[in-house]
Amino acid sequence: MEIRVTSDLFDPSAELSGFAKGRMDTGAVVTFTGVVRDTAGDLKTMRIEHYPGMTEKAIAKIAGEAQTRWSLTDCLVIHRYGDLAPGEAIMMVATAAGHRAEAFEAAEFLMDYLKSRAPFWKKEITETGAEWVAAKDDDEDALSRW
Amino acid sequence: MDVLYFAWLRERIGIPKETVETDAATVSELVAELVAREERYATAFADTSAVRVALDQELSDFDAALDGVREVAFFPPMTGG
Repeated sequence: MEIRVTSDLFDPSAELSGFAKGRMDTGAVVTFTGVVRDTAGDLKTMRIEHYPGMTEKAIAKIAGEAQTRWSLTDCLVIHRYGDLAPGEAIMMVATAAGHRAEAFEAAEFLMDYLKSRAPFWKKEITETGAEWVAAKDDDEDALSRW
Repeated sequence: MDVLYFAWLRERIGIPKETVETDAATVSELVAELVAREERYATAFADTSAVRVALDQELSDFDAALDGVREVAFFPPMTGG
C-alpha cells in the first residue's frame, strides 16, 4: 500500500507500470485518475488546500479499510495539493485484487470516501474571481451504500 | 490548545492557526467563546451546519469533549478526489 500527498505533477501511466509488480496472486488492476476540469472555459487555477498530518492519516485509514474488505493485493493513492492547471491530474487510485469485482468495488469505495472524508478543499480561480467548491449532498449520500 | 482553520474559515477569521487558552468542556463551548470574542469569528461560525471539526486530526462533532485534546481544527465539508 502506498499513499502519496504531493504538490508535484505525476504521470499516471508511469505510476501504473510499477503498480502491483511481482504479485502473482493479482488477477485484476483498476485505476482511476481525477483531472482538473474547466467546464466554463475560464478556469485559470484549481487551488487545493489540505490539512497536513490529518490528510495522510485519513487516507491511510480509508485505504486500510479497502485493503482488508476486498483482500487487495496492492493499493495506491496519490493526491495533489497546491495550484493545478486545467487538464492536470489531481489524484489517482489504483487497486489490485484477485478478481475484477473486488478491484472495481474497492476503487469506487476509495473514491467515495476520498471525496468527503479526506481533508482537501478545492478553490476555483477564474479570470473574474475565486470561489470555493461546495461539497455536494450526493457525495455524502454515496457513503451510505458502503 | 492549538486551533486550526482551513479554507473559507481560515479566510474569514484571517489566520490559519492560533493557540487558545480555554476551559471549554466541549467543541460547542469553544465555538461560543470564539464567537463572543470578535465579529470575524461570529461571521465564520454563523452557520455551524456548514462547519466540520476534527480533534487531534480525527473527524469529530460539536458535542465532543475537549478533555485532553491538543489540536482542534475547523473546516468546511471536504472536497477531495
